[in-house]
Amino acid sequence: MDKKRVPYSVIILSLGILLIAAITFSFFLGRYPINPSQLFGILVSRVIHIRQFWTDQMATILFNVRLPRIILACLVGCCLSAAGASYQGIFQNPMAAPDILGATAGAAFGAALAILQNQNHLVITLYAFCFSLLTVTVVYFISRKAQGKQVLGLVLAGIMVGSLFSAGTSYIKLVADSNNQLPAITYWLMGSLSGATTQTVTIVLLPMALGLIPLFLLRWRINVLTLGDDEARTMGINSTRLRIIVIMCATLVTAASVSVTGMIGWVGLVIPHLSRRLVGNNYKHLMPATMLFGAIFLLLVDDVSRNLLQTEIPLGILTAFIGAPFFIYLITRKEETY
Amino acid sequence: MSITVSNLSFNYGERPVLDNVNVKAEPGQLLSIIGPNGVGKSTLFHCMLGLLNSYKGQIKINGKDIKGLGVKDMAKLIAYVPQSHYPSFNFSVFDMVLMGTTVQVSAYSTPGKEQTKLVESALERLGIAHLKHRGYTKISGGERQLIIIARALVQQTGVLILDEPTANLDFGNQILVLTQIKYLAKDGYTIVQATHNPEHAFMFSDRVLAIHEGKVLADGTPSNIVTEELMHKLYSVDIDVQSLYKDKVRVCIPKIVIGDK
Repeated sequence: MDKKRVPYSVIILSLGILLIAAITFSFFLGRYPINPSQLFGILVSRVIHIRQFWTDQMATILFNVRLPRIILACLVGCCLSAAGASYQGIFQNPMAAPDILGATAGAAFGAALAILQNQNHLVITLYAFCFSLLTVTVVYFISRKAQGKQVLGLVLAGIMVGSLFSAGTSYIKLVADSNNQLPAITYWLMGSLSGATTQTVTIVLLPMALGLIPLFLLRWRINVLTLGDDEARTMGINSTRLRIIVIMCATLVTAASVSVTGMIGWVGLVIPHLSRRLVGNNYKHLMPATMLFGAIFLLLVDDVSRNLLQTEIPLGILTAFIGAPFFIYLITRKEETY
Repeated sequence: MSITVSNLSFNYGERPVLDNVNVKAEPGQLLSIIGPNGVGKSTLFHCMLGLLNSYKGQIKINGKDIKGLGVKDMAKLIAYVPQSHYPSFNFSVFDMVLMGTTVQVSAYSTPGKEQTKLVESALERLGIAHLKHRGYTKISGGERQLIIIARALVQQTGVLILDEPTANLDFGNQILVLTQIKYLAKDGYTIVQATHNPEHAFMFSDRVLAIHEGKVLADGTPSNIVTEELMHKLYSVDIDVQSLYKDKVRVCIPKIVIGDK
C-alpha cells in the first residue's frame, strides 16, 4: 500500500502559520535591534495614534529596509517555485526548472548590458526583464520551426539560445571596466535581495500577480496536460493554447524575479519536489503548497544571507549550497517518489 | 450514440495512409478493428477523435459532422482510452479518473462533489473501487487499463475509442479488461477498439473490421471475418483457423507449427 498522507488542509494551514511566523521572525533580524514591543508599537501606530516609544530610525529601517526585503523574498520564492512546478508539469519532466527556456540567461545578459552602460538600478531591472522575455519568445519561435517532438524542440531551443546569451554575458564581462562594472556584474550574477526597496516591490508586483494568478487558477488543467497533448485534447483541453498560457505566465514571474534579484538557482527545482512529497502530484494541492513553501524557504535563506556573516552572502550561493546537496540526496534515495 | 465514418482518406504528406475507409458503429455494439501494425488504425482513431482534421470524407457522431468541432465539444461526444501507459508523475487513482471530468468544469475551477460521485460510481462499476487511494504507477498494467477506462466513463460520452486495450497485459488481465469492455457495450455504449488478437476479436466483438494497407478489407460478423482466407490475406502468414465449442471460439494456429495437413 502507498503510505497514508497528512491531510492537505493540515499541511496548507501549517505552511500558512509557518509563513506568518517566518515573516514576524524576520522583522527582528538585522544589525539594528528592534524588540517585539517596539515592532508592535510601530505597526499599530500606522493605524491608530499612540505615543512614540521607539526611535524614528527604527520605523525607517522597518518600513523602508526590512519590510520591502521580506515581501520581495516571499514573492520571489513563491514565483520561482510556482514557475518550476508549472514547467515540470507542461514539459512532463520532473527535472524542469525556471531557467529551462533561457529566461534566466536572458535576464543575466540584459542586466550585464545595463551595468556596462552604467545605468541605474531601475534600468538594470528593466533590461533584465525585457531580455528575459525576449529570450523566451525567440526560443518559442525557434521551437515551432524545429522538426519532431514539440516539447523536446522547446527544451533544446532553450538550451541553445540560453548558451548564446551566456556567451554574450561572458563577452560583456570581458570588456567591462574591471574596477566597478565587473564586480557589479559578478555580484548581480550571484543573486541577492539587497537591492530591495519599496520601489522595486511595486515594480515587480504587477507582472508577478499577472503570472501567479492564472497559474493558480489553471492548476487543475496542468494535471491533464502532464498526460501529453493528444490525451489532454481528447479530454477537452486545448493543449496548445493552455501550454502557451502556462509558459507565458511562468516566464513572466521568472523574469520579474530574476530582474530584481539576479540569478537565484535551485529554488524552482527543489521546492516543487519537496512539495510533491508533502501533498502529492495533483496540482490542485501542489500549486498552493509550493507557492507557500517557496516563500518560506527563500525568506529564511535570505535571513541567513543577511545575518550570518558581517558582509552579506549572495543568495544564489546559499541556494546552491543548500539545493545541490539536497538534490543529490533526493535522487540517490532508494524510495521512488514520482 | 452512433459513429459513422464515410469515405475517409488521409495522407501524411504524399504518403496515403487511409484510402476510402467506411466504418459504422452502433450503440450496444463492440466493434473490433484488426490488422497488422502500421495499416492506419491509429490514424483512423485520431481522425475519429478530432485530433487530425485534414482528412477527406466525413465523420459523423449521432448524425452530426464533427469536422471543425472544438476540443470541448468533441470531449463531450467521444472518449479515448490509450494503451496502458506510465505518466511522468504518480497521480492517485482517484485523481487520474477525476481528470476525465475536466470538460464538465469551467477553465478556472476544479472538479467538485458531483464529479467525485461520478468517479466513485465508475470505479465501483469496473470493480476497482479498492484502488482509489493507490498511486497510479504502483499498480498492475491491467488495473491501470481499467482506470483509464473509468476515466473515459466519467467523461460521460456515448462513444468510446480504445487503442489496443490489451497490449502489454498478461493473459488473465487481457480477459479481465475485455470482459469489462464487453459489459460496457451491453450497457449501451458504442465501442470501437483496435486489437492485435483475432481470437479475442472473435470471442468478444459484435462486429469485426479488417484493415489492410489503408483500405477496409472486410467488415462483418466475427464468424465471417475470422477465417483462414482473410487471416492469410491480413497477416501474410498461413494460418489454420479451428472452430471450438460449437463455434463460440476460434483458434488461429500458424501452419508452420503444425505442418501442412
